[in-house]
Amino acid sequence: MSESMTAIEPTPAIEGTAAPGRVPLVEMRNIRIAFGGVHAVDGVTVDLHPGEVVGLVGGNGAGKSTLIRALSGAHAADSGEILIDGRPVSITNPRDAKALGIETIYQTLALADNVDAAANMFLGREIMTRFGSLDDSAMEAETRKVMGRLNPRFKNFKTAVKSLSGGQRQSVAIARAVHFNARILIMDEPTAALGPAETAQVRDLIKQLKSEGIGIFLISHDIHDVFDLSDRICVMLHGKLVGTVNKSDVTPDEVLAMIIIGKLPGEVTQTELAALHH
Amino acid sequence: MTEASGVRQDATRERPPRSLRSLLTALEVDTRLLGMVAALAIIWIGFNIMSGGSFLTPRNLWNLSVQSSSIAVMATGMVLIIVSRNIDLSVGSVLGLTGYTMAMVQTVWIPTTLGLGFDQPYTWILALAVGLVLGAAIGGFQGFIIAYSGVPAFIVTLGGLLVWRGLIFELQQGQTIAPLDKTFALLGGGPVGSIGEMASWAVGILACLGIVYTLIAGRRRRRRYDFPLRPMWAEVLVGVVGSAAVLGAVMVANSYFWPEQLAIEHFGPDARLDIPVGIAIPVIIMLGVTLVITFLATRRRFGRYVFSIGGNPEAAELGGINTRRTIMLTYVLMGILCAVSGAIQTARLNSAVTSLGTQNELDVIAAAVIGGTSFSGGIGTIPGAVLGAVVMQSLRSGMLLLRVDSPIQDIVAGSVLVVAVGLDTVMRRRSA
Repeated sequence: MSESMTAIEPTPAIEGTAAPGRVPLVEMRNIRIAFGGVHAVDGVTVDLHPGEVVGLVGGNGAGKSTLIRALSGAHAADSGEILIDGRPVSITNPRDAKALGIETIYQTLALADNVDAAANMFLGREIMTRFGSLDDSAMEAETRKVMGRLNPRFKNFKTAVKSLSGGQRQSVAIARAVHFNARILIMDEPTAALGPAETAQVRDLIKQLKSEGIGIFLISHDIHDVFDLSDRICVMLHGKLVGTVNKSDVTPDEVLAMIIIGKLPGEVTQTELAALHH
Repeated sequence: MTEASGVRQDATRERPPRSLRSLLTALEVDTRLLGMVAALAIIWIGFNIMSGGSFLTPRNLWNLSVQSSSIAVMATGMVLIIVSRNIDLSVGSVLGLTGYTMAMVQTVWIPTTLGLGFDQPYTWILALAVGLVLGAAIGGFQGFIIAYSGVPAFIVTLGGLLVWRGLIFELQQGQTIAPLDKTFALLGGGPVGSIGEMASWAVGILACLGIVYTLIAGRRRRRRYDFPLRPMWAEVLVGVVGSAAVLGAVMVANSYFWPEQLAIEHFGPDARLDIPVGIAIPVIIMLGVTLVITFLATRRRFGRYVFSIGGNPEAAELGGINTRRTIMLTYVLMGILCAVSGAIQTARLNSAVTSLGTQNELDVIAAAVIGGTSFSGGIGTIPGAVLGAVVMQSLRSGMLLLRVDSPIQDIVAGSVLVVAVGLDTVMRRRSA
């Protein structure tokens, strides 16, 4: 998206599981997160390679967002290991994650409603003048530039984001995530509030980021979105990983069966597949 | 009075003459602030009529400026506290304790305990430094508990309200401490503690230059980035109105003359009776504090974080902001400002009493809220709170002038606070 990202050497997009021997960008091993007695995430292992999109799917409460919050630093995992470039890292807060090049678009967007687009875009990473005060003009100019590419119809740079439409707010959240040299991008329902045209834009954006070598975890309830964009698909059910499949090896119905009844493509029967549509 | 402010704002917001709205848009003036100025004008004119013309006199307005300054100083800090969705009920007691301690430093500890004698050249600055450090420490302590242990601010500072007041009595068995160091006493104002005619004009002209510079620098910056510019006539109008207000205020301060007795004491038996007093030192302090805190709130990371936390605490945390540290710092700042006000109030009384600052929390919170700070978080301005302090003090001073009993004054002050918050809630619901 931004020129800054071309600094990362483009890696050819890889269909399916990465070649053995290559070190994954992200490995989350045996992650457990419990709230009270409830295991929201129960021993899940996933990985992500550069230039790869991994779709994370599952029903409501399957634990996808919770799993990913451990990677973005919003909520520390109770146990398990996170490796970036093969090195174990400790992510205890969002600052740690950002320092590792992990950017997140949250389902809630996580915008400060009372300040404008530029203030949100640079929240926590403000551009400063050489006297150590906020350079609002520079931030606004930069925001205008980014939004010009991402959502050219965006015009309300001076108003609090509270008064923006859902789509515009989402553009701000996306702009913030892609602007800062992310190597790993987490997108939690990135198109939930968008119209068809904007959704198409985000799909193009994802493909472009992928071609720039960025690894993307994509959480979506829309199985067609996931099928269209992902290289691999991880399915979660009741906090556990049902399995990870190469998109090219499965049909949407088989993924649906994993989501609903928790059976892998080899285990599921034709009758069960047929029953999904009733 | 606050009702008046609500009505004014509705008038500008909902059924404006087309030209007025376009005028205000072009000027980019905060309509809420404008509504408050209008409300203040109504209060002043109302009291002036009711008191038979004794409210709008240079003497009364000068006194009003001095009385408002200590509340205004604390209100600037309270804005940041309330904006970040917290509260500080302990400000009156912190003011009392820091004021009392500063009095102890200059009348007991330096002269007697250390045996260095009274009225040393360094006494006032040492006393002030001790007070500021103590204020910062108390604020930091309360802020630490609030930010890191999660005890609600309401509870921590309610406890503080009792603890710090109680400590005053522990310090010197609650004796009144007087008189203070002569230099320190200047911080409280009075004709001696004012800067005089020429310096007042100098301050006024400096302020006008500041306004002009801000306008020019802002315009230049916008042009550099090709942002839309404000029409030239609007820039000029803002500059002219702003400068006129500043110079008008200086003129009022210079129309208040030294009272006869004091003039004779100070300038000798054949002193003239038309020596202008000028701007009082506490007012200068208040203006300085307003500038600094406005700068912190709008131009520094700290202020941006405070407002972001108020807008959406979770978003601020996910944005990588150290929210706990930021919250704690707002309390450190509040403690320092309480000490500044404590210095002003003790100096003004030329003594420290145990009741110093009692009930100030009400005026300070009311000033912030009247000035547009919202309890829902994320919204508020520093100049608004200063205006709010002037509104609050105008009410008190006007009632005093009309000889309203002190219990009735309390009833009015308490009601104004509730009505102000109520109006704010209703208006935000309507605009949402």
